[in-house]
Amino acid sequence: MEPIDLDLDEAELELPSEPMHLNLGPSHPAMHGTVRIVLELSGETIEKADVQIGYLHRGFEKMCERGTWAQVFPYADRLNYVSPMLNNVGYALAVEKLCDVAVPERCQWYRMLLGELARISDHLTCNGAMAMELGAFTPFLWYVKAREMVWDILEEETGARLTHSFGRIGGMASPPTAGLKDMCRAAIPAILKLVEEGEKMLLKNRIFIDRLENIGAISQADAIALGWTGPCLRSTGCAYDVRKAHPYLKYDEVDFDVPVGTKGDNLDRFLVRLAELRQSARIILACCDRMPDEGPVSVDDPRFSYPPKSAVYETIEATIQHFKLVMEGAKVPKGEVYSYTEGGNGELGFYLVSDGTGTPHRVRIRPPCFQITGGLQSLIVGGMLSDIVPTFGSLNMIGGECDH
Amino acid sequence: MSERVLQALKDKFGDKVVATHSDFGDDTAVVDPSVWRAACEFLASDAKMAFDMCTDLCGVDYPDRTPRFEVVLHLYSISKRHRVRLKTRVGDEYGDDAVVDSVVDVWKGADWLERETYDMLGIVFRGHPDLRRILMYPEFEGHPLRKDYPADKTQPLVAYREEAEAGVPLGKLAPFGPDEGMSFGRRPPVGPTEN
Repeated sequence: MEPIDLDLDEAELELPSEPMHLNLGPSHPAMHGTVRIVLELSGETIEKADVQIGYLHRGFEKMCERGTWAQVFPYADRLNYVSPMLNNVGYALAVEKLCDVAVPERCQWYRMLLGELARISDHLTCNGAMAMELGAFTPFLWYVKAREMVWDILEEETGARLTHSFGRIGGMASPPTAGLKDMCRAAIPAILKLVEEGEKMLLKNRIFIDRLENIGAISQADAIALGWTGPCLRSTGCAYDVRKAHPYLKYDEVDFDVPVGTKGDNLDRFLVRLAELRQSARIILACCDRMPDEGPVSVDDPRFSYPPKSAVYETIEATIQHFKLVMEGAKVPKGEVYSYTEGGNGELGFYLVSDGTGTPHRVRIRPPCFQITGGLQSLIVGGMLSDIVPTFGSLNMIGGECDH
Repeated sequence: MSERVLQALKDKFGDKVVATHSDFGDDTAVVDPSVWRAACEFLASDAKMAFDMCTDLCGVDYPDRTPRFEVVLHLYSISKRHRVRLKTRVGDEYGDDAVVDSVVDVWKGADWLERETYDMLGIVFRGHPDLRRILMYPEFEGHPLRKDYPADKTQPLVAYREEAEAGVPLGKLAPFGPDEGMSFGRRPPVGPTEN
């Protein structure tokens, strides 16, 4: 063994002065999605960062140009895979704007109810995963338990837990089940109770708070310039929510608040999501009270909606209608349209270009995560390496949506 | 609602505003590429316009038209709550010469959007600080959202290369040892190997 107190010249002990390069991701256990960050570190401080996305690119927009308008729904499910119903409804609304179709009242309430359930699932996943990445595993399990309750309802309604493909042009695939309202009224208090328990564990935990507060802060002007929307923008104090600013469906008829933060740091983003989740619960209960029990959930328009299955088997007209809709697709009028809804992470926009045939000419999705992840670099440069994990987690980057 | 925006654009840029319409309630102005940047600066800085958010920027390929591509910008104003769609047309029939001014210094959020449009359609944004592919990898050949790019086209596997050989910035971190990465990315061993 060599002696520890080596008699070295001071000059030889000089540390290397060039920055250290570190490759974080694309597959890293503490990361919230498949993303690669190339870092230049000086000690533990980040001097430069290059965020590289695209690992989950599946050519969504290209694939949409190959099928019919209705065949986009399964793709839309897979964009934001923690709140697929919001994508389904967003795309359906965009096509309906192009077709100038208004869905029946019952369908509007139904879409709102399912959408808000999906939003609860989105926020639970984000906050739970963020806590887990910081080492708090128990709240994550509770949040996932609450999310299971949401998914049980969605499974009962749509037949699928995650990829529902439930939207249709001019309506929904099937009417609400008889037990929907009772299921929601039973599940919502249970979900909120679990959320509260998880919240107590986290928000009174010194370690958790210390790692979030004043970390990853962004000013309101910067957030707007970067094109941020959704909870991340609202955490800076800007109360822009598509549901309030430009109401669609029946959002102007229900009572809910838009929670905002003040500092735009990680803790604010966490708290805004928790508060929004409670507002979503309010909207769901209001939908349960106001959704009619009778009535159609699809428009009665042979250009877009499928005939009832019994008619398809019995009459030639309905068979032809069904065949034309499936094989050629609904003929969507020529034109271009931009339709926007409030997705789980912010403004979810669809820019559609139709050439009048049954196939889209261009389906452009405006995923909220893309812009938000674009701002990640400015949040982490100058901070510590370990702060990337909570900052990135609180942005809720969803690979499927961000990478198209 | 924002028809005043279209009128203001027409007053300011005259016949450089090629066309306007408000189909489906979306107010749209098509401008000449020469005033693309000026129009963006006007919309962002004018107190009556105040478009502070670049919501979306994308390109659309119309292979039958010349100019072939449309660059489509969607803007929103948080304070005025109005929206506008601004378009310009670039590119010849082969998709070459599709160049438009970058608006990154007008809205920071346009950075990744312009990179994506370049990646997907090959539209070059003049003055962009870091114009490289974003969703695809640097060695990818072609631009996938062009209508003449077959959807089922396969790309060749890329062997491991140094940046000097590739001629494009690859963003790879050296060193990669012989046991790292995918087998097709490994270099054939030079000289006699031991095992």
